[in-house]
Amino acid sequence: MSEPPLPPIGMLAELTHRCPLQCPYCSNPLELLKANRELDTQSWLDLFSQAADLGVLQVHLSGGEPTLRRDLEQLIAGLSARGVYTNLITAGVGIADGRIEAFAQAGLDHLQLSFQGARPATTERIGNHRGSHEKKLETARRTRAAGLPLTINAPIHRHNIEEVPEFIDLALSLGAERLEIANVQYAGWALTNRDQLMPERAAVDRQAEIVAAARERLTGIMNIDFVTPDYFAIYPKPCMGGWARDAFMVTPDGTVLPCHAAQTIPSLGFERFGTRSLAAIWTDSPAFNAFRGTDWMQEPCRNCERREIDWGGCRCQAMAIAGDAAATDPACAKSPIHARMAMLIDEAQRAATVPSKDEPFVYRRIGVVTEPA
Amino acid sequence: MMALRERAMVSLQSVPSLPKHVRIQYDPVRQAFAVLSPEKVFWPNEISLDILRRCDGRSTVGHIIAGLAADYDAEQEAVAADVIAFLQEWSDKLLVKL
Repeated sequence: MSEPPLPPIGMLAELTHRCPLQCPYCSNPLELLKANRELDTQSWLDLFSQAADLGVLQVHLSGGEPTLRRDLEQLIAGLSARGVYTNLITAGVGIADGRIEAFAQAGLDHLQLSFQGARPATTERIGNHRGSHEKKLETARRTRAAGLPLTINAPIHRHNIEEVPEFIDLALSLGAERLEIANVQYAGWALTNRDQLMPERAAVDRQAEIVAAARERLTGIMNIDFVTPDYFAIYPKPCMGGWARDAFMVTPDGTVLPCHAAQTIPSLGFERFGTRSLAAIWTDSPAFNAFRGTDWMQEPCRNCERREIDWGGCRCQAMAIAGDAAATDPACAKSPIHARMAMLIDEAQRAATVPSKDEPFVYRRIGVVTEPA
Repeated sequence: MMALRERAMVSLQSVPSLPKHVRIQYDPVRQAFAVLSPEKVFWPNEISLDILRRCDGRSTVGHIIAGLAADYDAEQEAVAADVIAFLQEWSDKLLVKL
């Protein structure tokens, strides 16, 4: 690296891997950590304080289900005291009475609530949790009653892509300021379930039209963020805004990562908060420096005019599909193996027409994939 | 269920303010003012910052324009067009309330 890295702006804190839902595209790793591996309250508070010193302005409190942490109010208060903008990312199932009000009083700035479907049956089937849709509606109502701004997050795949117009109506009816139509990213659990989740090309095209029209119609009423599906793309996304460029994440045991799926890159080793300071990890960790900037790039990225727009795309997708974390993201039309994306879409369509087993998905559960000794 | 909202349009009589989920904050690390909002951080230039600071929930757009024109020694008409366009854009992103 020729220049020292700029300070990070955002941090995603996965407070726990515990979750009442079992979504088959969960962004947590296949090897989920049990509660006894989670950082304690004081460690999170120390980490947040170091993050604020380092320049972090926004912290996203996520999981798993972050509200399962009984100290969540305390963690929010700690961040708020440092002026950090706090965003709670929740599945909104099983939050005890009065807690959302307590989060607001502790200084929570914003709440993001996921809906697995716009219809109750879809929500229940995807999350494998009976009654979850009603509970989420109640969480949305309590969030608005507590005076908190609300984003509805809708992860999109084959089983709910036709519900996109209903997701838009749902978010409007709940008084949300923002709606995220987020096509599932195929890493971790979603990669395991890729054939079951991959939408059809025609449905993807329809979705793009529906979202474009809704954005126009709802200007100044509700913001719609559209996370497009990589496998159908021409150019890759600037994953995380560039590797270790302005954001990072922390797993429940304090491991500091450049992105959700970074641990799927076998050549990289990651450090845990506590063994070194956050500043040292951000600046010096070999894993953070591995794909920082543009020096690591191969062709066609190295001389591409888009190299500082998309930063080469997703390193984990390059690893998963090209078998090389330093390759161009295969989502890019300039990647020599871009055609493999279309083949994988076709393979998924064929697999999806085969009659399914008892369970349609490999649901996300602790212990489905055993932890190494 | 709440009534369906409508797009707010800026007029000289509008009284803009920052919604609760948007705040201006000085960042000592970068020595600059940041606008914090859900999922996004903005780094406004000096004039944008000056407009946003005047969105105090009491001043009308007309009053804000007059103040800016006086402070920057500029034509009120030119200032008006810029300020109205700026506030409409920020209102459309739900970052300013009218």
